[in-house]
Amino acid sequence: MRTSTPTMVLASGLGLLLVLGGAVPASAQETVVNGIHGDAARGKKDYRRYCVGCHGPDGDGQGENAQWIDPKPRDFTAAVFKCRSTPTGTLPTDDDLFNAMSRGFVTTNMPQWLPLPKQTRVDLVAYIKTFSPRWKAQGAGTPITIPPETPATIESILHGRELFQKMECWKCHGPAGHGDGPSASTLTDSKDNPIRPYNFAAGVTRFMCGETNRDLYRIFMTGLDGSPMPSFVDNIKPEEAWDLVHFLRTLQPLDTPEAAVWKAWLPQHASELTPIGPPVGQ
Amino acid sequence: MRTKQLSSLALVALAAATTGAVSGPAPIMAGSITGTVTFTGTPPKMRPIDMAKEPTCASQHPTPVMTENVVTGPGNSVEYAVVYISAGDAGASPAPSTPVRYDQKGCQYVPHVLAFQTGQQLEVYNDDQTSHNIHPLATVNPEWNKSQPPGAPPIQASYTKPEFIAVKCNIHPWMHGYFAVMGTAHFATTANDGKFTISDVPPGKYTVTVWHEKFGTASQEVTVGATGAATANFVYKALPY
Repeated sequence: MRTSTPTMVLASGLGLLLVLGGAVPASAQETVVNGIHGDAARGKKDYRRYCVGCHGPDGDGQGENAQWIDPKPRDFTAAVFKCRSTPTGTLPTDDDLFNAMSRGFVTTNMPQWLPLPKQTRVDLVAYIKTFSPRWKAQGAGTPITIPPETPATIESILHGRELFQKMECWKCHGPAGHGDGPSASTLTDSKDNPIRPYNFAAGVTRFMCGETNRDLYRIFMTGLDGSPMPSFVDNIKPEEAWDLVHFLRTLQPLDTPEAAVWKAWLPQHASELTPIGPPVGQ
Repeated sequence: MRTKQLSSLALVALAAATTGAVSGPAPIMAGSITGTVTFTGTPPKMRPIDMAKEPTCASQHPTPVMTENVVTGPGNSVEYAVVYISAGDAGASPAPSTPVRYDQKGCQYVPHVLAFQTGQQLEVYNDDQTSHNIHPLATVNPEWNKSQPPGAPPIQASYTKPEFIAVKCNIHPWMHGYFAVMGTAHFATTANDGKFTISDVPPGKYTVTVWHEKFGTASQEVTVGATGAATANFVYKALPY
């Protein structure tokens, strides 16, 4: 604990506020990101400055802005998070929370908080973890093991396409990944708010939880908790998952290595492809 | 201690019952609570489910199935009400080692409401030709969401805290079900005739609670006496909306 006088005054004043607010426990689980330790008491001050307008003073996503924005701000009291490196049903790591906050959530009102100093962001992570008792009771999950990425060959892309068909991704994401599958229009999140699946073909090339192949891998191997997107970790082998990543890249309007391989192969072989979608005869 | 005697005698009764070798009448220490759950008034109408978006399921139902929020039976009985002891149990009961089974069949959850204990193994099966995602919307327990393609092995899970958990499939929005995770071994789900039996209840004073997804909860005090049998009936007031 710090011992300088102004900090002690601030801390005890905050301590009084926090006791009244019922937030920071005396021995909160440690928060560490890249060697930087988070201080929840300091984080609360920053939260009141940057976050409270949407996420609310009680961290339940009921800030005064919430009624006018869609999707709704995260409810930290529920401790259900979309962007994790950990399995579905478990809590994210400090790094996951730090990255989500820094990156922001494209297509939502959650901005990139990258301009805030690292210490501030880590303090905010520490404070956010005080909104739910689950952090102390269960702690963060264990990140899934991601094998090294396999080469983005045409065989990999074609196998990924088979997985896209077999795992029925097209039911929500549509046969070309346009977010227009048969189930897309009725999707609701866990709080019953309507929600749309990601449209791979749109100009928004960043995913909800990142932009790299590794981020994409994690999205379908851990699921986006609180949303309709499930985890496929029980059904897709880790090496195969890279094949699906490579195929998904071909659906996006980006100059990726995967798209280059696909575009080179397609003209001579397009007629060999069976269409994605419901089996013929339905 | 009296509690220990009751527990060990209840265990003997339970053991005798499960081995099927009960000689003579069951010991009076293993009482039971029986009853019926009914309603007065007019319940909401159930509606036919249109499964056109999933032809492999629609073909399994020549006449469309109805929604299952309120399932009633003869004599104004209420099906899928979960009746359980909410107070008075002497200590927690260990979870049975046998798993419970939840099926996704014809794009419906079977059974519509599945009651089981904390710590008990749950196995979710996909009997259909289509993928489902099994998404129990827990708030007290962790919420998870897993995809289950046809032919996949059963998904295994368990819960540590008592909770009534709504279950949905995001791919098929008409699918609704419930897990009733119980903190006690003394519970039962009503059948279509509204009847329930909670067995192996030692004599004592209990609070018995009924839960229904639409009608809500109600409780009453029940005393299981020396004769071992007690009755608890519940009557819900139904409204058409």
